[in-house]
Amino acid sequence: MELVKSITTPVVLDYEYVTGRAQSRFLRGIAQGRILGQRCVECRRVYVPSRGACARCGVRTEEELQVSDKGTVTTFCIVRVPSENLSFKPPYVCAAVLLDGADIPFMHVLQECALEDVRMGMRVQAVWVPKEQLGPTMSSIRYFKPIAEPDAEYDSFKEHL
Amino acid sequence: MAPTQADHEAPLTALHHLEYAYRRSLGPVLGRFFAGLRERTICGIRTRAGRVLVPPAEYDPDTGEATGEDFVDVGPGGTVTTWTWVSKPRAKQPLQHPFAYALIKLDGADTNFLHAVDALAESRMRTGMRVRPRWRSEPRGEIADIACFEPET
Repeated sequence: MELVKSITTPVVLDYEYVTGRAQSRFLRGIAQGRILGQRCVECRRVYVPSRGACARCGVRTEEELQVSDKGTVTTFCIVRVPSENLSFKPPYVCAAVLLDGADIPFMHVLQECALEDVRMGMRVQAVWVPKEQLGPTMSSIRYFKPIAEPDAEYDSFKEHL
Repeated sequence: MAPTQADHEAPLTALHHLEYAYRRSLGPVLGRFFAGLRERTICGIRTRAGRVLVPPAEYDPDTGEATGEDFVDVGPGGTVTTWTWVSKPRAKQPLQHPFAYALIKLDGADTNFLHAVDALAESRMRTGMRVRPRWRSEPRGEIADIACFEPET
């Protein structure tokens, strides 16, 4: 009898994700081409995107502000493993970007950059979809790309890794 | 994610679909079990102490020792030892009308085997009832080769 070598055992979960108030405001900002953060009244840190509360101080973050779509690569990794439903072809760079004005980095994909050129401190900017395609979704930002600015000093972002 | 925008202040929502199409390798013991299904047989494995485990396991759960290759065909009939009624089946469950999930002690087995029983009505289910498998028309070496069990008539 010829053995069966393997079986597929699919795991499927369909669910409705509710963003909550803070993330909804963030996504509605994205739909207007703006990146909104919230500042903690106590520690003054700016969260982007905000979850509506400061994890450090345990208070609501109600002060809203717009941050830049330019930022600094704090850390990164190069993804070499393909995965279904991904619009980027590996290898590609996934970077934590500290947007100017924010205190926590923001994960996104970096393009228009050779793998060997990516580095901590590199200055980058968001590349948005055309205005008429903006929507309340993270795919409104297609990716980040390097810009012609000198690298940020390590000391300027070492507290935000 | 494709959120829908209901009104300006309401939280956004999006339908998420999470799916992992795992492929697991079977090895020589479960590989034999699934090969048996393809031929419409259900096999177990006999431990050194003489217990028949269905589905077959590579190790005896009582002693931890390897079970070897003493495969034995069991069933196809069996006895329901316990069951629960599913009145609203979900999309990926084995039957799309109300059915029972049951533990079935197949004839010749010493362990229970979990599968669906197509009894049509909860009132027809009882512990101790006799069932037999209904096979899929073209078995492929998957657990779904047994479409379900049905009451013996």
